[in-house]
Amino acid sequence: MPVYRDEGVVLRTMPLGEADRIVTLFTRRNGRVRAVAKGIRRTSSRFGARLEPAMYVDLQLHQGRSSLDTVTQAVLLAPYGAVLAGDYGRHTAAAVMLETSERLTSEEREPALRLFLLLVGGLRTLASGEHPSGLVLDAFLLRALAVSGYGMALDDCVHCGEPGPHPSVSVAAGGIVCPRCRPRGAASASLAAVGLLADLLHGDWAGAEATDARTRRESAGLVAAYLQWHLERGLRALPHLERA
Amino acid sequence: MYEGVVQDLIDELGMLPGIGPKSAQRIAFHILAADPADVRRLAKTLIEVKEKVQFCRICFNVAQAELCRICSDPRRDTTVICVVEESKDVVAVERTREFRGRYHVLGGAINPIGGVGPDDLHIRELIARLADGSVTELILATDPNTEGEVTASYLARQIAPMGLTVSRLASGLPMGGDLEWADEVTLGRAFEGRRTVSP
Repeated sequence: MPVYRDEGVVLRTMPLGEADRIVTLFTRRNGRVRAVAKGIRRTSSRFGARLEPAMYVDLQLHQGRSSLDTVTQAVLLAPYGAVLAGDYGRHTAAAVMLETSERLTSEEREPALRLFLLLVGGLRTLASGEHPSGLVLDAFLLRALAVSGYGMALDDCVHCGEPGPHPSVSVAAGGIVCPRCRPRGAASASLAAVGLLADLLHGDWAGAEATDARTRRESAGLVAAYLQWHLERGLRALPHLERA
Repeated sequence: MYEGVVQDLIDELGMLPGIGPKSAQRIAFHILAADPADVRRLAKTLIEVKEKVQFCRICFNVAQAELCRICSDPRRDTTVICVVEESKDVVAVERTREFRGRYHVLGGAINPIGGVGPDDLHIRELIARLADGSVTELILATDPNTEGEVTASYLARQIAPMGLTVSRLASGLPMGGDLEWADEVTLGRAFEGRRTVSP
């Protein structure tokens, strides 16, 4: 497969040499791929703004002998990165989404179609501004963890299956716990916050948007703790997240 | 592996950005073959640059004294500040000979994925510079990429309550190119920033 075509989202870029960049891409069919974009930092580059973070692009890549491919052509499918760069709060939410996607695709060239579609959908929703950015981010994080095998159990007690909702969340156990099974270290949570998490996971936007700021803050804290527990290392973008 | 000091030199050169092991070896052997006076001058310059160069107290540009050449020049317009990411951007703007105001070097751009937030840049110092009311215009000349745009939008939001004129460098089509090769974002910006052509 010396030359191949795929579509992908730019996760991050880093400078290489005088005028090149290494672009980390999350592609539909080939999973996470790292590729060199030659001459991209020159103002006369044919790539222009197409390979900036959070851009959704149709790509032609050349697979060389090293682990790095080379981007030979790029056509813009949706300029999410350019839209989000004009709004600091939404950009920081997108940065957390991109970094989470990179961390959840630990193996290069391992397709992860559901996560890819989730990321494209999340960026589209964030860029459209139709829902508050904090809720979009938390919905993405809960669903991204779920499709990666770390789903948060929000309906029944994770230990005994006692139907919920329950006012305790055990990050280590993987979801809500009933008062009888509650282990040491489980966090107390309001039923409203647990309900919001379930709404975000199942896509009930009307229910999620009806919540107050305090409930959203509480559920965001639970999502962040759950995310960091499963990713093991902290996300670099998370401390810079600006919630509206 | 080479012996002793030759290998040390290759290792040290290999730590520089953009220098791989082969390049480091080539530069090391060039130094070995070079005139001793040239090598002594290079070594002296390397030491001097670390000992003498510091960052300007006002704008954070590189300087050989407490203040840089531009901040200590009384002929420069003190009412306009051009905000750039790095000292090399000051040189780029100075080469145009279009700008007679002063600068503020942020020391990078906001990049949450890279772990760089507003508090890691000289933004607080910029806000402090603007507090006395003598500055009337701020030109945001951060790079025309995502990090630069995010930094510019963050600064614009922070400075908006101060009532200054805040402008962003124009972006659009580069001279000498074909329209069909322009990407959609750049072409869109060029349309947004189009201007009337006088006959």
